[in-house]
Amino acid sequence: MAWWSRTGGLQTESKKSVPKGIWAKCERCSTTIYDGDLDTNLRVCKSCGHHFRMPTDGRIEMIIDPGVWQEHDTTLESADPLGFRVDGKRYSDSIKSAAKKVGPGDAYRAGTSAIGGIPVEVGFFVFEFMGGSMGSVVGEKIARQFERALASRRPAIVFSASGGARMQEGVLSLMQMAKTSAARSRLREAHVPYISVLLHPTTGGVAASIAMLGDIIIAEPDALIGFAGPRVIEQTIRQQLPPGFQRSEFLLEHGMVDMVVPRGDLRATLERSLRWFAGAPGESGHAAAGSNGVGTDPAPGANGTGHA
Amino acid sequence: MSTETLDTPIVAATPVVAEPPPPRPEPLSDRMILEFERPVVELERKLDELRALSSETVDFSNEIRRLEQKARKLQKEVFADLTPQQKVQLSRHPGRPYMLDYARLLCEDWFELHGDRSFRDDPAIVGAMARFDEWEVLVLGHQKGRNTKENLHRNFGMARPEGYRKATRLMRMAARFGRPILCFIDTPGAYPGLGAEERGQAEAIAKALQVMASLDVPIISVVIGEGGSGGALALGVADRVLMLEYSIYSVISPEGCASILWRAPSKVPEAAAQLKLTAQDLVGLKVCDEIIPEAPGGAHRDLAVTAAKVRMAIKRHLRELSALPPAELVERRYQKFRAIGAFIDTAT
Repeated sequence: MAWWSRTGGLQTESKKSVPKGIWAKCERCSTTIYDGDLDTNLRVCKSCGHHFRMPTDGRIEMIIDPGVWQEHDTTLESADPLGFRVDGKRYSDSIKSAAKKVGPGDAYRAGTSAIGGIPVEVGFFVFEFMGGSMGSVVGEKIARQFERALASRRPAIVFSASGGARMQEGVLSLMQMAKTSAARSRLREAHVPYISVLLHPTTGGVAASIAMLGDIIIAEPDALIGFAGPRVIEQTIRQQLPPGFQRSEFLLEHGMVDMVVPRGDLRATLERSLRWFAGAPGESGHAAAGSNGVGTDPAPGANGTGHA
Repeated sequence: MSTETLDTPIVAATPVVAEPPPPRPEPLSDRMILEFERPVVELERKLDELRALSSETVDFSNEIRRLEQKARKLQKEVFADLTPQQKVQLSRHPGRPYMLDYARLLCEDWFELHGDRSFRDDPAIVGAMARFDEWEVLVLGHQKGRNTKENLHRNFGMARPEGYRKATRLMRMAARFGRPILCFIDTPGAYPGLGAEERGQAEAIAKALQVMASLDVPIISVVIGEGGSGGALALGVADRVLMLEYSIYSVISPEGCASILWRAPSKVPEAAAQLKLTAQDLVGLKVCDEIIPEAPGGAHRDLAVTAAKVRMAIKRHLRELSALPPAELVERRYQKFRAIGAFIDTAT
């Protein structure tokens, strides 16, 4: 768990906002791309379709209706409940330096917004902030987001990009899995839709809680999604993992996600799904989202790589 | 590996009406003694020798009494001042009682149930209908093995998705019929393997958390050994979370934490201290509702004494919880977990 959060220590790489005018090299096909072109193409390589990581600001802009964004809980900050320090470096200092680089609000941003005119409570993991790791602030923000969704009966959407729980908050970070899943459970019982969107990477405690609990689950292509990190698995089984293991397409094949949707189609796919949910009578209860229980019932009608 | 060969005397379809009391645990073999236990154990061995030498003609009783006192005092001193890492070692002690050891003493009319109804049975998690005191209950717990053969079968108590799915299935059934749920937590963590990932380890755990949050029957979880991360939490979204005195509960193992954050295996004791994973720490963090004292020297030194204390604690909490209306139970459980966490709101 929390495997990816080690990138929290070295934030230089994840800041993809390379100054304009610089050439980027595609990690997959090695094509050299003008960075400005990459931005206009939603940071997807034109020659091979490789999805570069997208900064959260750009992600929000790309998904929501322009200008419709009322952000919540921006004043929440991580405390340092354990007084955690590694070789003299305090966790509270790591938080401060992350906030300085990435902005306030810890590793999650949530707002009331709309997609295609349909009001939603939407939230985004900020991978740039300590690997998107979930500590008390992230857990609190998600719980509040779900509670707002429950009160207003607006659909909830979460974009996950996280290495998992935030080790530096110890067992309190583990408990955020319980907290967020419990809040999600209430949405389910009230038949308020929840859409989970999985971005690269979604692992550990975030995968093992809200990320995998969507009424529908959508993944971006080639995102790493799983409980244990690849290195942990390799150490356990003492062999190399097959190519494509734990990637979106692999999860689709194994029935763990409903669709793999390229970034350019994501907004339209969300809009279409939201219309479907909105079309069902929400108040009467019976006709809406599925059975009363909370079981392992398979998602209905998933048919693979979806274009909306 | 066959799922049919269960290595415990508790087998499905064999109603065990009254479990015979287990034999006294065998004396710890040398390899099962922790470094800090050794002085006490050695003193006890000397005592045994002396007792054997005693006869009607030679009276060592004064000497024996003196040594007994000394042993008790030494044990008290050692255990009064345990480091977090030493508690981690105790929680994983090879002689430590496991879930079935407690179940044998605490439960009657035990029927083990098997399988997730979609892939297979996972012996790393045991589920059973049973009677506890005045209640018909569902008992769930991680089960470790006592030796290599058992551990192959139990996978060291590391469950795969089918284990969590079995647990979820049984918990929903228990709730349908109004039966309280008792969970025993003792796992290094969920199994990080190829097949486990293929079959959706993350989803299986997530679903368990969501389901536990919604059930309207009393749920009590007792951490009896290692509470390892998400794999432990999957049996831990309970109305009461109780912990044995020398059990631990953590987001990551000290070993994992040391290798990720310090990149140095030698920092394991440091990581164990920083993670605040002992029962005593977790009371302060409001994650643990009550610490159940163990027998002097740890649960492995006297299972019967420890189990009796577990029984008393569960009984007391179950009685309290049974008095609550079902809707109130769910609401309180929600608020309990809703309140866990530490953050600052700079606006206030």
